Amino acid sequence: MFASLAERLQETFKKLRGKGRLTESDVNEALREVRMALLEADVNFKVVKDFIARIKERAVGQELLASLNPAQHVIKIVHDELASLMGGSNSKINLAPKPPTVIMMVGLNGAGKTTTTAKLASLLRKQGRRPLMAAADVYRPAAVKQLEVLGKQLNVPVFTMDAGEDPVAIGVASVESAIMGARDIVIIDTAGRQEVNDELMAELETMKEAVSPHEILLVVDAMTGQAAVNVAETFNTRLGLDGVILTKLDGDTRGGAALSVRAVTGKPIKFAGVGEKLDALEQFHPDRMAERILGMGDMLTLIEKAQENFDTEQMAIMQKKIQNMEFTLDDFLDQLNQVKKLGPIDQILGMIPGLGGAKKLKDLQVDEKELVNVEAIIKSMTPAERTDPERVLNGSRKRRIASGSGTTVQEVNRLLKQFEQTRKMMKQLMDMEKTLKKGGKLAKNPFFS
Amino acid sequence: MGFFNRLKESLTKTRKGFVEKIDNLVHRRRVIDEELYDELEEVLIQADTGFNTAIELVERTRRTVKERRVDDAGELKLILKEHVQDMLGAEQAPVNINMYGPTVIMVVGVNGVGKTTTIGKLAHLYKSQGKKVLIGAADTFRAAAIDQLEVWAERVGVDLIKHQEGSDPAAVAYDSLQAARARGVDLLIIDTAGRLHTKINLMEELKKIGRVLSREMPGAPHEVLLVLDATTGQNALSQARLFGEAAGVTGIALTKLDGSAKGGMVIAVKQDLNIPVKMIGIGEGLNDLRPFSPGEFADALFDD
Repeated sequence: MFASLAERLQETFKKLRGKGRLTESDVNEALREVRMALLEADVNFKVVKDFIARIKERAVGQELLASLNPAQHVIKIVHDELASLMGGSNSKINLAPKPPTVIMMVGLNGAGKTTTTAKLASLLRKQGRRPLMAAADVYRPAAVKQLEVLGKQLNVPVFTMDAGEDPVAIGVASVESAIMGARDIVIIDTAGRQEVNDELMAELETMKEAVSPHEILLVVDAMTGQAAVNVAETFNTRLGLDGVILTKLDGDTRGGAALSVRAVTGKPIKFAGVGEKLDALEQFHPDRMAERILGMGDMLTLIEKAQENFDTEQMAIMQKKIQNMEFTLDDFLDQLNQVKKLGPIDQILGMIPGLGGAKKLKDLQVDEKELVNVEAIIKSMTPAERTDPERVLNGSRKRRIASGSGTTVQEVNRLLKQFEQTRKMMKQLMDMEKTLKKGGKLAKNPFFS
Repeated sequence: MGFFNRLKESLTKTRKGFVEKIDNLVHRRRVIDEELYDELEEVLIQADTGFNTAIELVERTRRTVKERRVDDAGELKLILKEHVQDMLGAEQAPVNINMYGPTVIMVVGVNGVGKTTTIGKLAHLYKSQGKKVLIGAADTFRAAAIDQLEVWAERVGVDLIKHQEGSDPAAVAYDSLQAARARGVDLLIIDTAGRLHTKINLMEELKKIGRVLSREMPGAPHEVLLVLDATTGQNALSQARLFGEAAGVTGIALTKLDGSAKGGMVIAVKQDLNIPVKMIGIGEGLNDLRPFSPGEFADALFDD
């Protein structure tokens, strides 16, 4: 697993602390990391190249803000630039002045056009529209049936014609049918096709001529790799897209394709598919996407939360205690409770860069129950035991604590070992003056490993 | 037209982009220098090999160039091809076959990669080899998935075991296996619903299907094919890893190689997880699924 961009940039800039201005070589070094992060997120190679050039122009020679270290500064520039490239949010469908509004859904095979057609119909109906879905995918077996089933589930009518009909004819007839049936929006589900298939691309052009759509939406799988650029470029050149819908964003893809598609078409990503259910179509958030592509985690939120919840005075006392190795099990419990106030542990871990992706790996999932046990064990100790467990605790006391907390002696021992490790580690950290804020690298807490 | 030519033809787009770029590269420059390596790395990244694999391949190429004291940039392509082939595994990985009864193949993957289509083509491939094939329609989730598979079964001329939409996929798998035994088929192919690999409950469902199969027939499923869309980027690694954990993936079917996608991520999948590509889909026709051969793949990519 790759370390997050933020972490790697911190590393790069360690030696840089104290400088007042970003030099070209500083920036170059940082941009290598940015480039790698973007490429690993599947942003198209050419898009990355342009992007890096632009960042460089902006970053070199910039005065550093007092409040940000150089790494944060570069991240900020990258983030701002990325967010602006992704554009503002725009989830509006171009409506026809005179209904029906005609929407054509196009894309590669398996991008999710049929499902998205149904999701979009559902969304539009919630906005008070009366959509009609048209089944113009005559190539994939049972694609028409699939749309019919979805239409039934949503209670949205589906326009179909007999097998063997030409997709263009289906499109034209569906619009007529919408006028007759007083439906104000027609969503035409077209067959998936590879953008290199000239014949099938020409078919879409013919359909566009015939139905004069108000909106042509390209459906793109968020997991798409480098090909996203070719796909988006070809569909856009031949059809003139109005927008993009990104699907399968509920997985763990970094979704660099979003940036590629946006960069080569300049068209807004209007919606994102985020689940299997038919209501799982959301407004697209360019800013969140930018963070996801960079793998930045939500560090800002975490810092804000921590500031809200941590008592600074108490922190100062704690620091002193750690320094003097006076840190006791009581303090340890206090700390745990402080952390717990931030929210569910796995959520917090998700906000920490570098752990965001790893969180999904099972071995990093934190068992909150374990924390309850820890609390029970500590609370079953006498004050003397809590203060100096190493000296006071013997086998009989440990047995008492175990039965008092409903745990086992092994668990008590494990906690004591972890506590000892934590104490040592904290002391080391203090000595190295590497606090979480300044130092960058998060030390591994034995409780979370 | 032989398969090799078809493969070559279907990869023409790829070759055009890829090989031309490399050719341009080596013809433009006669000296092997750092810039050349950088550009080589770029070309690989554009084939979706991912950053790490690109670096690794370039590193290996660089080492070989040094060892053999190559100074003609024209040889670079051959050396790179050698290493790609090497990383993909030199030998063809066959689909696992059960010697003592029906071979059970379970087909898994994320939504929209082409599982159902691949099953249709797979059934056709084995049937044309004289095998008796049965299909189990255990994608009971997606609307009309069963109908889609039914059309394929009819087209190919094989039997299909199905339940209602929404029923328990493990039950379908169970019934399919019983039927496979009773009818004495050689090959049972089980379709499963597309699922994102990060959905824990859906992956559990997949595990259950596997458990039911192996309880009824020790050793089954003999082959778990993960269908990967060649258009997919680096997420393929995550897919392979998590499907591997949940379903014990034994091989990959790489689909949609007829577009502009290059499928370079299978190199990383083989390197990192040691899962070989066994089949590739190169078109929409019934005959467009074939066993994957690393040599042919590399040849088709690099040869003129």
